Amino acid sequence: MAQRFQMKTGLGAGSPKLPTLLLFVLLAGPISAGLLGTLLPAFGYLPALGASDPSPDAFRALFSAPGIWTSIALSLGTGLVATALSLGIVILFTAGWSSTRAFDNLRRFLSPLLSVPHAAAAFGLAFLIAPSGFLVRLVSPALSGWERPPDLLILNDPYGLTMTAGLILKEVPFLFLMTVAALTQVNVKSISRAVASLGYGRMRGFLITAAPQVYPQIRLPVLAVLAYSTSVVDVALILGPTTPAPLAPRILVWLSDPDPAMRLKASAGAVLQIAVSALAILIWLGFERLARNWFFRTSRTGRRQASDRVPRFLVLTFVIILVAVTASGFGLLGLWSVARGWWFPDTFPAQLTLATWREALTTGGTTIWTTFVLGAGSAICCAALVIWLLESHTRAGNVPGNRLRQFLFLPLLVPQVSFLFGLQVLFIHAQIDGTLLAVMLAHSVFVLPYVFLALADPWAHQDPRYARIAATLGATNSRIFRKVRLPMLLTPLLVAIAIGFAVSVGQYLPTVLIGSGRVSTVTTESLALAAGGNRSLLGVYAMLQLILPFIVFSLASLIPALVFRNRLGMRPTSTH
Amino acid sequence: MTTAKAEGLTLRDVTITLKGKRLLRMDLTVPPGAVLTVMGESGRGKSTFLDFIAGFLKPPFAATGEILLNGRDITHLTPQERRVGLMFQTPLLFPHLSVMGNLLFALPETIRKKRDRIVAAEQALAEAGLAGYAARDPATLSGGQQTRVALMRVLLSEPQALLLDEPFSSLDRARRADIRSLVFETARKRALPVILVTHDEEDAHAAGGLITHL
Repeated sequence: MAQRFQMKTGLGAGSPKLPTLLLFVLLAGPISAGLLGTLLPAFGYLPALGASDPSPDAFRALFSAPGIWTSIALSLGTGLVATALSLGIVILFTAGWSSTRAFDNLRRFLSPLLSVPHAAAAFGLAFLIAPSGFLVRLVSPALSGWERPPDLLILNDPYGLTMTAGLILKEVPFLFLMTVAALTQVNVKSISRAVASLGYGRMRGFLITAAPQVYPQIRLPVLAVLAYSTSVVDVALILGPTTPAPLAPRILVWLSDPDPAMRLKASAGAVLQIAVSALAILIWLGFERLARNWFFRTSRTGRRQASDRVPRFLVLTFVIILVAVTASGFGLLGLWSVARGWWFPDTFPAQLTLATWREALTTGGTTIWTTFVLGAGSAICCAALVIWLLESHTRAGNVPGNRLRQFLFLPLLVPQVSFLFGLQVLFIHAQIDGTLLAVMLAHSVFVLPYVFLALADPWAHQDPRYARIAATLGATNSRIFRKVRLPMLLTPLLVAIAIGFAVSVGQYLPTVLIGSGRVSTVTTESLALAAGGNRSLLGVYAMLQLILPFIVFSLASLIPALVFRNRLGMRPTSTH
Repeated sequence: MTTAKAEGLTLRDVTITLKGKRLLRMDLTVPPGAVLTVMGESGRGKSTFLDFIAGFLKPPFAATGEILLNGRDITHLTPQERRVGLMFQTPLLFPHLSVMGNLLFALPETIRKKRDRIVAAEQALAEAGLAGYAARDPATLSGGQQTRVALMRVLLSEPQALLLDEPFSSLDRARRADIRSLVFETARKRALPVILVTHDEEDAHAAGGLITHL
């Protein structure tokens, strides 16, 4: 008896099953198919290349590659150190400065950095600290006496220190914003007031009370950063060691080799990459356990550390330096893009010119257009799927579960090179490799999680009573969706699309592999230019990586501001 | 009171439960133009009661019994089909629409011509003492004005009953009596049965009808 009212009393009967299935297929399909396509050749099965008998030859070849153990150690070391330092900076900064003006100001600086492609940040750092870079020029020849770039291995240093720094530049903004989002779930203000009144210093108080609540919420993003950093290709190509290189960029080199045996070796390497990233995660889980024990023990000692001015200002300085390095890197990219005749040791270019831009925009029109189509296409398709999923959940009267959220991190936890290689093999087989559609599909695997994460919370926070009022006024489900829910969520929707667009612009490996070298975007173009000597053209393409997302983000804030120019209640600050 | 009357809002043998535990039981009729006031502390199921009548009851809540509106059994209808108007603590005017947009959203499709629709909305505004406010952004209106627009919005959808979930609680004392009498006055004029949920004694008193405590 009681059951029957529940059937018809919701806001309709849209079922979330179909969109959930579609999302599952879109993510798990390429990943599992790709992993299979990587595993088979690794064990000697690649009929297209005439290999069909299972054999361990590929692995034998892999482990006899010179310096393979150094490559493995580099992947592990740079990944773990970059992740640990990024997380450390973020947590300590949050501990020392959350709910202060400085925190909010830096948050405004760090948020846009999230949409900057890794490669662009790495190029900016390179232009800043290379032997012929800006910092050396600043002191040359007056202070250093250098008339020519010093023979120092600053970039591509054998220990991967610069590469680690490059990764930190990008991972700190990411983890920072994830932490800020997590802070809203934990009542930090009252906790910190409580521990402060017990005499604890701000940092120590936060670390032993709030941090253990915040960390579980950012754990998946942290592991995603770790998996990414241990298998990164583009940053490693720009800043990483070369003799030998970390594992992932070496796999890419083997992949591009026309020799079939090298391709088998590459697939064995891709399998090894999974093991390396998994090992990194295992080591991390071990660290987690140690950290938990430490927090537990130290929180019972009663130590207050009431005065923490020095560490607070240290970490603030560090974050400011980080922002300054990133910002000046971008400034240098811009300066190089308009420089003519900028010879060492001149601090500034002799002349400014738009010639390089003109050249790039005429010869590279297709590249820019391709970048735009891939970004807009994948972002809009993913947004449509996410909206479908969220709307059907709303109509069913529930929200997407935690499991779905965790599942979305799958593409971010599996090393890209490990499944993209297999996916490429499959796409070649289906003869759709090198098409825009195939590349767009590969981009969507990485775009979808971000679009979902950006849209799900604003969607869930919309006051459900608006829809109820609309329903009692007689509006159908589809009218409520079109006239109430969607327009009210216009701003977060456009922001989600912009984030998806930025993620797509930043994709290097999926574009190179699935595009079979025939699809070129501003990011692949900039990596292709990295080896050459044309810094101005490189500057233009690196700037384009920044400018294209910037344009889309600007549109995302301009459109609602224009549409709702006379609607105070739709201003960003007043959204619930 | 179990005899079904053709007019008004009748709750026949209604029981609402939370995970099997009984929250409330109602068996009564609210005649047209009359007000039933439901009082009680928060957490007693006042809003759940309104959810049930409006068609929004969700698990873990469940209910048995029947709801008759002017002789029509609406127990199993969707919220859209019930023709029960709802007002919350806050006016909840759609923030992305103008005052006029809010009113036109509520006006039934049966009024086809654009001109007629606008005239109807403007008449409603005039009735609420807000003539000339059509183009305004709802966020620029005072709380009292917003509540008036919300009332007109719900009335334009031609409901056959009104459910009020503490609609006066966000208003300051001075405005409160004004708006309250406007709401009850209008409901009486249109012969709408009203259920008012409140924990304010004054509201209950002003409503002048039957009062039940949960």
